[in-house]
Amino acid sequence: MSEEQIRNLEAQFEERIARDEKIEPKDWMPEKYRQTHIRQMSQHAHSEIVGMLPEGNWITRAPSLRRKVALLAKVQDEAGHGLYLYSACETLGISRDELYEQLHSGKAKYSSIFNYPTVTWADMGAIGWLVDGAAIINQVPLCNTSFGPYARAMVRVCKEESFHQRQGYEIMIKLANGTPEQKEMAQDALNRWWWPSLMMLGPTDAESVHTEQSMKWKLKRKSNDELRQQFVDQTVPQADLIGLTIPDPDLKWNEERGSYDFGEIDWDEFWQVVKGHGPMNKERMKARVGAWEGGAWVRDAAMAYASKNAERKEKEAV
Amino acid sequence: MSTKNWPLWEVFVRSKNGLEHRHFGSLHAADAEMALENARDVYTRRNEGISIWVVESKNITASNPEHNGEMFEPAQDKVYRHPTFYELPDEVKYM
Repeated sequence: MSEEQIRNLEAQFEERIARDEKIEPKDWMPEKYRQTHIRQMSQHAHSEIVGMLPEGNWITRAPSLRRKVALLAKVQDEAGHGLYLYSACETLGISRDELYEQLHSGKAKYSSIFNYPTVTWADMGAIGWLVDGAAIINQVPLCNTSFGPYARAMVRVCKEESFHQRQGYEIMIKLANGTPEQKEMAQDALNRWWWPSLMMLGPTDAESVHTEQSMKWKLKRKSNDELRQQFVDQTVPQADLIGLTIPDPDLKWNEERGSYDFGEIDWDEFWQVVKGHGPMNKERMKARVGAWEGGAWVRDAAMAYASKNAERKEKEAV
Repeated sequence: MSTKNWPLWEVFVRSKNGLEHRHFGSLHAADAEMALENARDVYTRRNEGISIWVVESKNITASNPEHNGEMFEPAQDKVYRHPTFYELPDEVKYM
């Protein structure tokens, strides 16, 4: 194809997206569109998979059967969400093995929030309430994104996600209304998860390198700072309601803007964790790679069983 | 390291009787039986279905969007295939 032909195709492609048409896997697309989608969707899938680890840590120690079945179902959903997203990503011509390889080698990133430890039961509450809350704000606009398989996967993910946030907030309510020690535990979890949750919504608009292109392709509808403001405005009253205090001395209602003003985020910490120096980066990758390698013999055995069965059937048919 | 990767399967789910099976997504599994079991866990955790089909992806033949012109354009100018093409006297209310 000549360069001019490609430019024409690109112009038509951008017009289709501007008209709100969906792009499907076999349609012609600019290479950059493909690569950007592989990067974002796989990063999203990896986050779901690694996201199971901090919570899986508490399944056996959940304080009641009610809490245990809920946490188990939530972690299972995360596995499911990872699988929807991996298979949507594979429609762009990358294999599952390559995707795993990128995660395990550290080439692909996952959400930094999972590099923080879950040290008390209250962390299960804070994660559901704050981390899933921030994730929902990030994810809802993706239900209308331009790439069909991604949009369809996100519709399913968002539908399932809302119970995650409620179960977390319910844990926080219970602890906040419990003994002084329990309330302190809830407050401590909020103190530790608040700032990393704000960071989850991404670098400030001034620092964000992909925003403009992503807006065009509808991978993004609002900027990181707008989403972060939305998260703060929605979460502060929820903390007030259960008598917990947001750990930010600069937080105050701004009558004029109709929003909360909030303090400076420690972006150095954010970039440190992104670069692999968070408290749990090594631990998470060790657990993930260990699970993959430890499961190799099971995957091999399943394949051996399947081909043996197929052979047997063939023989019987003769 | 695994010697052979699990193949890819497409999953179709009928959400209730009276509706058709609809494409829900795909997954990897060693064989058809495992694909069905995995599809149950991945795609119907909340009563989304009462029947599942799985088809190994390599067995699907798909049309190429680049040939959409010769595939689908011939139907565009055949307006006489639609009831609105035919003129009726105003007196005939329902037909």
